Amino acid sequence: MNTALTQPGAPMKVRGIQKRFGAFTALDRVSLDVAAGELVCLLGPSGCGKTTLLRCIAGLERQDSGELYLGERDVSLLPPQARDYGILFQSYALFPNLSVEANIGYGLTGSGRDEVRKRVGQMLELVGLLGSEKKYPGQLSGGQQQRVALARALAPAPSLLLLDEPMSALDARVREHLCTELRQLQRRLGITTLMVTHNQDEAMLMADRIAVMNNGKVEQYATPQEIYDRPATPFVAEFVGQGNWLPFSRNSASHAQVGGMKMRLADDAGIAQSGRLFCRPEAISVNPPVHEENLFPAKVREITFLGNRCRMSFELEQLPGHPLLAELAPEAMPRLGAQDIWVALPPRSLQVFA
Amino acid sequence: MTLPVPRQVSRAEWGDRLFVVGGKWLWLGLLGLAVLLPLLAIFWRGFSSEAGQGGGLVAARELLTSANFHWLLGNSLKVSLSVAAIVVPLAYLFAYALQRTLIPGKAVWRGLSLLPLMAPSMLPGIALVYLFGNQGLLRGLLSENIYGFWGIVLGEVIYTFPHALMILLSALSLADARLFDAASSMGASPARAFRSITWPATRQAVFAAFCLVFTLTITDFGVPVVVGGDYQVLALEAYKAVVGQQQFGRGALIGMVLLLPALFSFGVDAWLRRRHGDAMSGRAQVFVPAPSRLRDGCYLAIVLLICALLLLVFGMAVYSSLVKFWPYNLSLSLNHYQFEDTAGGGWLAYRNSLTMALCTALIGSVLIFTGAYLMEKTKGQKGLNLALRMLSFVPMAVPGLVLGLGYVFFFNLNGNPLHVFYGSMALLVVCTIAHYLTTAQMTATTALRQLDAEFEAAALSLKAPLYRHYLRVTVPICLPALLDILRYLFVSAMTTVSAAIFLYSPDTILAAVAVLNMDDAGNVGGAAAMSTLILFTSGSVSLLLAWASRGALRRSQAWRQTAPGQ
Repeated sequence: MNTALTQPGAPMKVRGIQKRFGAFTALDRVSLDVAAGELVCLLGPSGCGKTTLLRCIAGLERQDSGELYLGERDVSLLPPQARDYGILFQSYALFPNLSVEANIGYGLTGSGRDEVRKRVGQMLELVGLLGSEKKYPGQLSGGQQQRVALARALAPAPSLLLLDEPMSALDARVREHLCTELRQLQRRLGITTLMVTHNQDEAMLMADRIAVMNNGKVEQYATPQEIYDRPATPFVAEFVGQGNWLPFSRNSASHAQVGGMKMRLADDAGIAQSGRLFCRPEAISVNPPVHEENLFPAKVREITFLGNRCRMSFELEQLPGHPLLAELAPEAMPRLGAQDIWVALPPRSLQVFA
Repeated sequence: MTLPVPRQVSRAEWGDRLFVVGGKWLWLGLLGLAVLLPLLAIFWRGFSSEAGQGGGLVAARELLTSANFHWLLGNSLKVSLSVAAIVVPLAYLFAYALQRTLIPGKAVWRGLSLLPLMAPSMLPGIALVYLFGNQGLLRGLLSENIYGFWGIVLGEVIYTFPHALMILLSALSLADARLFDAASSMGASPARAFRSITWPATRQAVFAAFCLVFTLTITDFGVPVVVGGDYQVLALEAYKAVVGQQQFGRGALIGMVLLLPALFSFGVDAWLRRRHGDAMSGRAQVFVPAPSRLRDGCYLAIVLLICALLLLVFGMAVYSSLVKFWPYNLSLSLNHYQFEDTAGGGWLAYRNSLTMALCTALIGSVLIFTGAYLMEKTKGQKGLNLALRMLSFVPMAVPGLVLGLGYVFFFNLNGNPLHVFYGSMALLVVCTIAHYLTTAQMTATTALRQLDAEFEAAALSLKAPLYRHYLRVTVPICLPALLDILRYLFVSAMTTVSAAIFLYSPDTILAAVAVLNMDDAGNVGGAAAMSTLILFTSGSVSLLLAWASRGALRRSQAWRQTAPGQ
C-alpha cells in the first residue's frame, strides 16, 4: 500500500467527447486538458452538460464517441472500477449502515487489517476528524459528512479526484470556509481535480482554471481572472458576474458609435464592426476627480445599498431608455439627490462582441 | 507515472459482469419458464381441438353459447360484484379509521383485520357452515340455510377484506396537512374537505381495490366449493373440468374467460395511474387528525363490529376443530388433529406445506430482491431491463387458478423435457413464487428506490465489486423490506390452493389442498383442524418475523437515526 498521502496526480485529457440522449445533445465534441495537480471547475447552468461530462469521465455514462486519457492510459472504454479516480457526490453517498471507519476503508481491499486501519487513521487526520471512527454518517453534521466522503474518495490514493457539486448540500455559511479548506487540501496533496459546479463564486474561489460550459460545449477554458476580465463569448460574459451591454457600430479601428456618443476602444477590444459593447459595472467610475476618456453625462435612476458596496442604476443622456449598472464603494456614491452625474467608461474595460 | 491495472480489479470486473448480466439473463430465463410459457400454453390448449379435451374453436363457440355457461357466468358476476360492493366501502371505513382518526388500539385492529390472509380461503366457508349450516350454531337467525349465493358472498367478503384494506390503507396514509389547513381556512366543512381532497386522492385506490376484490372472487373456488351448494360458479367449473373430468381444453377456455376481468382491470388501473401522475410532493406535511369524540366514537364502533365478526368467524373455525362430534358431543378434544387416521394427506400434507412455504420464502425472496436490485440499480442492458420489468408485472394480472392451469398444460406436455418436474415440490415452489412475484417485487423496488442513487457509483469508484456492495450495504439497509417479502411469501405459500391444486402429487400434497379434500370427503372437522393449523403456523411465523424485523431495526438504530437538526 501507498504510505504517502496520495500518489502524484496524473494529467487528464478529454478528446472530442460526444454524448446524446435521444434528440438532445448533452456533450458536443468536448475537449479539455487538465494538467497534473491542477484543479479545474466545470461551470455552467443546469443542462449545460457539465455533470454528463463528469459522469463520462467517471465511467458512469458511456460517451457515444471521443476518448479519455488519464495519465498515459486510454480509459475511454474502461468500466468505473478500472479507471482509478475518487469521487465526491453531491449527496456524499456515504453508506449509512457502515461506520466512518468502514466507509473510508471501503475501497481498501486487498490490504491487511492493520494497513487499512493505519490508512483510515491517516485519512481522518487529513480531514480533521480523528476520533469519529466509530460514528455512523447519520450522526455527523453535513460538513463532517462531506469530509468523510472526501476521505473515502482519497483513501485508495487515486490519481484523479472528481467533485460533483460538493457544496450544494451545505449551508451558505459553512460553504465558503469548506471551499477554502478543500482547496488547501487539494494543493497539499497535488491531486488532479475536476469539480462540477453551477456556483461561480465557488469556481472563482477554488479553480486554477475554469471551463465555462453551455449547450454541451466549452465556451471558454481559462483562469478565473481571464474568464472574468476577458470573457470569450457573450454567454461567458453574462453568466460570470454582471455586465452592461451597449449596442454599437464601428466608426474606426479605435472608436465605436454608441447612440449619440463616440467611445474610444482599446487596441485589443475586438474586431467586430457592429454588435454590442460589454462593460463590467465596477469598471465604471462616477464623477471622476480627474478627466478620463469616455466621460458622458448620465441620470441616476436608483441606488441600492448592498453592505460593502452600492449598486447604481443609471441612464446615459445620449442613450435614453437603456438602463445600465455601476458598482461602487458606498463612499464613492454621489450625494443623495444629485440626479445628474458624469460617468466614465474606461476604454480598457470595453469589450466588443458581434 | 501511471499504475498498471492490478489483477484484482479485472477479476472483480468479471465477477460483476457475471453478477449483473448473468443475473439478468438467468432471471429472464426463469421468468420465461415460470410465467410466459405456461400462459402461452393456456392459449395453445384452449384453441387446439384434440378429441375429448373440450378445446378448440368449435368447442369454444359451443361453450360460450350454452345456457349452462351463461348461468355460471351470471352467477360468478353476481357474486363478484356483490362482494366488491360490500367489501370496498367496509374496507374504506376501516382504513379511514386507522389512518385518519384517533381511535385507540390501532395496532390490534390492524392485526385482527389481517387474519383472513393467514388461512386458506376455505376457512371462512367452513366457519360459516358451523355457524349457519343445517346444524349451525346460529342457524335460527336465518330463514334459509347458508349454502348458495349468500354463503359464497359472506365467505368471499371475509376472504377478500384484508386485500382491499391494504390498498386503501396505503392510499389513505398519504395526506398533505397543508391542503386540509387551506380548506378549513377557506371555511370548508369536513364533508367538503373530504369531497375535494381525500376522495380525489383515493378514488383510484378505491377502483383498484374494487377490481382486486372482483378478480379474487371470480377466480376463487375455495369458498364456493365449501358453501356453494348447488350455486355453481365459473372458477369451480374450471377446477372440475381439469381435476374431475380431465377436460383440459374446456378448463383452458374457462381460464381464458377468467383472465379477462383481471386483464381489463390491470389495463385500466395502469392507465389511471399514468394519468394520475401527481402523487405527493416532497414538501408535503404529515397530516395529524384533530381529536373529535363523536367521529372517533363512530369509527371505533365500526371497527369493533368488523373485528368482532372476524373474531367470531375465526374463533368458530378454531372452536369447531376442537369439538368432538358436532353438534351432538360438544366436549373438546384433539381428535380432529389425528390426521393419520383420515384420508386427504394429513400430517404429510402439513409437513409438505411447511417445506414448500420455507423454500418459496427463502428462494423467492433472494431471487426477487436480487432481480429487483439488478433492474433498479444497474445501467446498461436496456432491452433486457424492459423485458424483465414487463414480465414481472404479468403475474399480477393472472389469477392463481389460471396460472395453475397454465402449469398443467405446459409442464404436463409429453414432449417437454421439464415434464419430470410435474408433481414435484420444485414445481410447486416455482409456481408459488411466480404467482406472488409482483407484489413482492414491488415491495423490493419501493425499498430500493429510497436508497441514494449514487451508492453504486460510489462503490464502483472505490473499485469495490458490485456483488460485494450488494451484500454489504444494500441488503443490510433493506433488511426490513426483505423480511417483509419473506413473510408475505411464506404466508401466501402456506395458504394458497388456487394454483397448487393442479400441481400436487400424492407425495407432495399440501395442507391447504388437504383442507379442500377433507371437506370434499365430508370430514369438515378435519378440514377445520387443518385450516386452524395453517392459521396458527402463518400467524406465528408472521409474528416471529415482525419481531425479528423490530430487532433488526433496533440493532441498526445507531445508523438509522440522523443527527438532530438535519
